[in-house]
This record gives sequence, structure tokens and C-alpha cells, in this order.
Amino acid sequence: MTQTNVDISDIIAKWKPIKGSLVMMLHAIQGRCGYIPREKAMEVSEKTGIPLSKIYEVLTFYHFFKLTPPPQYQINVCTGTACYLKGAPEILAELNKLIGIKEGETTKDGKYAIAGLRCLGCCGLAPVISINGKIYGQVKASQVKGILEGLDKGEKPA
Amino acid sequence: MINITINGKKVQVEEGITLLEAAKQAGFNIPTLCYNDDLEATGGCGLCVTKVKMGPGYRTMRACTTKVAEGMEAITQDAELMRTRKTVLELILSNHPQDCLSCERNHNCELQQLASDFGIREIPFANIVNEIPQTLDCSSKSIKIDTSKCIQCGRCVQVCQKVQKINALASISRGISTEMKAGGEVELADSPCINCGQCAAHCPVGAIVEKEAIDYVWDALLDSKKYCIVQCAPAVRVGIGEEFGLPVGTNSTGKMLSALRALGFKGIFDTNFGADLTIMEEGSELVDRVTNNGVLPLLTSCCPAWVNYVEKFAQDMIPHLSSAKSPHQMVGPVAKTYYAQKMGIDPKDIVVVSVMPCTAKKQEIDRDSNMSSSGHQDVDYVLTTRELGKMIKQAGIEFAKLEDGKGDDMMADYTGAATIFGATGGVMEAALRTGAYLITKKDLEKVEFYDVRGLKGVKEATVKIGELELKAAVVNGIGNVPPVIEMIREAKANGKPLPYHFVEVMACPGGCVTGGGQPYGGNDKVRVARAKGLYDEDSALQKRCSHHNESIQKLYKDFLGEPLHGKSHELLHTTYQKRKLYNK
Repeated sequence: MTQTNVDISDIIAKWKPIKGSLVMMLHAIQGRCGYIPREKAMEVSEKTGIPLSKIYEVLTFYHFFKLTPPPQYQINVCTGTACYLKGAPEILAELNKLIGIKEGETTKDGKYAIAGLRCLGCCGLAPVISINGKIYGQVKASQVKGILEGLDKGEKPA
Repeated sequence: MINITINGKKVQVEEGITLLEAAKQAGFNIPTLCYNDDLEATGGCGLCVTKVKMGPGYRTMRACTTKVAEGMEAITQDAELMRTRKTVLELILSNHPQDCLSCERNHNCELQQLASDFGIREIPFANIVNEIPQTLDCSSKSIKIDTSKCIQCGRCVQVCQKVQKINALASISRGISTEMKAGGEVELADSPCINCGQCAAHCPVGAIVEKEAIDYVWDALLDSKKYCIVQCAPAVRVGIGEEFGLPVGTNSTGKMLSALRALGFKGIFDTNFGADLTIMEEGSELVDRVTNNGVLPLLTSCCPAWVNYVEKFAQDMIPHLSSAKSPHQMVGPVAKTYYAQKMGIDPKDIVVVSVMPCTAKKQEIDRDSNMSSSGHQDVDYVLTTRELGKMIKQAGIEFAKLEDGKGDDMMADYTGAATIFGATGGVMEAALRTGAYLITKKDLEKVEFYDVRGLKGVKEATVKIGELELKAAVVNGIGNVPPVIEMIREAKANGKPLPYHFVEVMACPGGCVTGGGQPYGGNDKVRVARAKGLYDEDSALQKRCSHHNESIQKLYKDFLGEPLHGKSHELLHTTYQKRKLYNK
């Protein structure tokens, strides 16, 4: 779903007449491209007259906006109280061992990214991780390898 | 007027002012850090906290953003406020490197001054400088940004976005991770930056500073094979004294020239000489364009930040820019040709150093091959006024005690018209004085043009010269430029009479007197005082028109020939090119 060669002119045309709609415009562009490629931010700047620097003030203010392509697998590890106590740190350590990155980082090839988050609302399943939105509950550190291998075998997360 | 009580003292103050201003008028000093006279107060740093009576108790308010109201009772100084302010400072310092001794702003830093005033002896919070994002951007030829020293006051971004309206700098990320730097995933050199340096002039700490050239200049002075020549811009002489405690606006030309000789420069030239030369060329160009249906209005080209602006933001105006180089870029090639020949020096051994109130001049000296018209780079190094101050201190020269010195007549002689170049309107006034002569072959009886003086963003004047009604505009502060350009565009597009024949633009508010390289603390009061230092010198000089400069006359007779042609064209004129807003 990461695409930079998509046309966003309709998005700009739709929102340009409405004052204060930069966030909506960027929201829609990220929806279409998966992130905000720099050339798209540039296109917004050129077509709306909003300086590029100001667009980046908005883009970097909101965590929602991504400036790099999303990874193939976004792995979120819940580090809320219940998950933390039930073994989230061990899961993070195992992930670090297996794919060589820490929380908040993305592998160089863009395949995996790991993020910590606070509570997915299913503490009964603690510890919980989610991969591209699919929830894995009661994960043991020893199962992490199998889960990753499953991804590669095409067991696509929902 | 309204009645308020500050620290128990009843005072009458104007309605609409802030508590900070009211307290100052009442004789109470409230410490500030993010506040700056040129900018809108944001209440960002929290150092100016005060207590304002509300109901039975007091509420803590930031004085810089609190407007006075009838009957207001405020406390601006007590033990509790002192402690609160000290804690604010300690928190700021917990996110600041502790390398004051080797910082460019050592002894000239607003944060350091406050830390000293508040007697900070230890910082009770863990230092987190290395735990948050930081960027060192040395890409620009003029400006260095080190966000690890940034205190996030936002002055630089405000001056870049709201005053200059360039939008090169931005406030990137949020919270403790915020960085004030070039926005848009680029370094400053690839951004729309026009090198004006107002960010550096407004930074309270060492986060944004000019790229220093001091050591290169000392190296050249040390090299016995080199013949070092120095020239100072008009505005430097009314700024440099402040670095040594002289009153704001003091004209220190004589002491400055003595100091330069004491530093070891062999040729003491003056950019004012170049300013007179610029007027001969630019004035002739104006007359040529007016009488021969040339492209009008003519736009001045002395300010390199303005030239950068045209090349990046207003490319359709390039044919309007005067092809005359800026004054110091005229002195450079003349030094390496005419002077070198007269003195029998190999131009490759000549090092030309320009002392400028400006950071954009650091980028101008090698902007393109026109800046090497002598066959060598015409100007080798640019120092700001502040850097010259540092060199004088390094050398141990007691500036205030110096006797008045003189420059080398051949290239330091100047008229009143040249010295006023440093203030907004000065180039226009100087050009009108000589332009009138070039058109009518008669000198003006009254050389002052008061309409073009002062701090108004856009000033206009209509001057009757012979048959011609010359319409002129003077703009200071690049943020005031867009409407003027729009007027010109509209008139051209609709075949209407042009609004102006001649437009002077200086990118910095107030002109060069408060350029990006001038001593810190510029505000409108300072602008007026420094400009006065120049206008007073002009009034006191016998010769007040560039064409009366005898050394210039001799230069044309012995070497250059006529303005605009031959050697003049080759050495003193340049070309411009379209440049992209973003190089990436």
C-alpha cells in the first residue's frame, strides 16, 4: 500500500479552497500513499502556496504523520501495565535479538518496525503484540521466532 | 491612561501595553529570555512570571503577554518569584551544553548573563542535552545552526517566517524534541534561506551564529608573503563601538581605522569608497535606463540577501536588478587590478578582507564567477562587525583609547553620500544626489531627501530632476517587499504607468545598521541611533555627493574610463541567475 507514484491532485483540489484544511489534505495523502513522501509535500506547497517548512511543522508535530514508507510488518508490542508484568520486556528483547532493532526503529530494508504502545484494550490476553493490526495474545518470548517465520511463509496478518 | 499598582507603587500607564512594559516604565526590571523588542511576545520561556491580584489571592502571569487593565495590582519582584525564575533557568540549563568557555557567544549571551545574574552555582536537574535530537547544520556559507544549544525561544523562526517572510526556518517536531532549523528535510544551504542572518542577530544564545572567518584572516595576516587589505562597510563604523562599551550609534570611523592598522593590515581601504563608486555606476545605469527606455523600475543590488531573494522568489524581476556589484565587491577587483598595478604587487598575493554588518556578504564573495573578475577571487574573506570586535579584543587593542586614524586615500576617500549607505534610504538618497547631477549637469542645492529616511517599511518619494519626475520607493525588511513587487507586476501586465523608476531594497529591517552581523540587541531605538551616527557624519562632511570624490574621479581617469563601459563593465558589473527555492 506504499505508493509514491499516485496522483494526489484531486485531494489538493478538494481541500485547497477550505481555509485551515492542511491537516485534512495531508491525512488524505497519507491514506493514499501510506506516508507523506517529500515530493508530495512539495506538491502541496507549490499548489497551495503554503511554505514547505510550515507543512513540515505540521507533519512533524503530529505523530500520526509518517515521513518514511511504512514497514512491511509493523510490530507493536504492548507495554501497558498488564502486558509489561506478563513479559513484554522479554518479547522486546527477543525481537531485538532476532531482527536487530529496538523499539521505535525500522530495519534498513524497511521490512520490520517495532513500536511500543500502551494498552490495546485486551489486557486479558496479556502479553499482547499486534502485527499490521492482527492481535497475538498470551505471547511467550519463545513463540516470537515462530510468529515471524509465519509472516514470511505468507501467513499474512489480517 | 489607566491606573495600576506595581509592587505597591501607583502608576499611570497607557492602555494596551503589557505588564512587562508597564513595569519597565515604573522602574522595575523583569528578567526575560524569549522576549525580543522586534517580535511578538509568546510567553514561551516563563522567566517573566509575575503575580497579578485576582479575587482574594494572586495568580501567576507571564508579564510579556499580560496586558495591563484598570486597577490591576501586580507584584513583579519578591522572594517567591525569584525562586520560580531561578528554577525556570535551571530547567533551561538542564537542556543546555555546559561549554560556555568555547562558545561563540561567551560573554555575549543572554542565557549566560541570566545565569550570572541569578547566581546559578549548580544545576539540580540531570543534563539531557545528549538524550534529545540535535542537529549541527554547517551547510550555509553564512550561518551555522547548532540545535543542541537552542533554548527553543522561537525568535529565529518568528523573524524568518513573520518578519522576513522567507520561511526557511521552521519549528520541527514537538515538545522537548523541538528543533529550530531548516524545515522540509533539507539543510539550510538547500532551503529558501537568503542569508540575511536575522536569525543569528535575534538568537539569544549560540545556537545560530555567523560562520566565523576570524582564524582564516589571522592566518593571512601571519603569512609574510601576503599583502592584506581591509575595508569596512558604512554601517560597521556606527556599530563597532558598542562592542567596546561606547554609546549606541557612536560613529567610530577614526578609531576603527586605527584598530585595523594595529591588527596588521597593510592596505586600509573603505567600502565607503566602493559605495561612491557604486553610485557612479548605478546612477549612470539609472540615467541610461530612464533616457534610453531601459527596463524600469531599476532595483538596487547592494544587498546580497535581496539579490538572493530576487533570484529565488521573484525571478521575473531579475532584468530589473541593477547590474552594478555591491560596494565591497567593487573595491575587491579594483584592489587586485588598479591598486596592485600602482603599488607593484602581484594580485595573487593580495588578500582582501571585508568587514560587513552582514552575513549574506559571506556567501556573496563566491556566489559566481563574476566575483572573480580580477582573475582571482575579488574578496577573500568577510568578517562581521561582531567578528572584527573579537579580533580587536584578541589583539589586546584598547579600542576606546585609540587615536583617530586615517585610511589610504587612494581607496578610502569617501563622501557623505557613501556613508549613509548603511541606513535604509541611504542608497536611494546617494543615487538621487548624483543622478540629478548626471541628468542636469548641475549640483543640487539641497542634498537631503528626508522622505526616504526613517524606519517605515515602504517609503515613497517623487523628485523633480530637470524635466523628469522621478518616482522612487525604499523598502527595508524583506518581508515588506512582496506588495511592492506586486504593484510593479500589475502595472507591467496591464500596461499602466510604472509606479516607480527606482526602488531601493535592504533585506534587514532598518537596513545595514541592524544587519545580521551587527552587534546584538538591535531594535528600533538602536536603528534610529545608528542611522543618526551616519547621517551626522554625512552632514559634517564637506563633500556629500559621490561624483565629488576626487579619488573616484582619478580612478576613472587613470584606469576605469567611463562608467558602465570597458573596464568598469568588466570589473564592476555582474549578472544574475534563477535559483531554486529548494535545491533538493
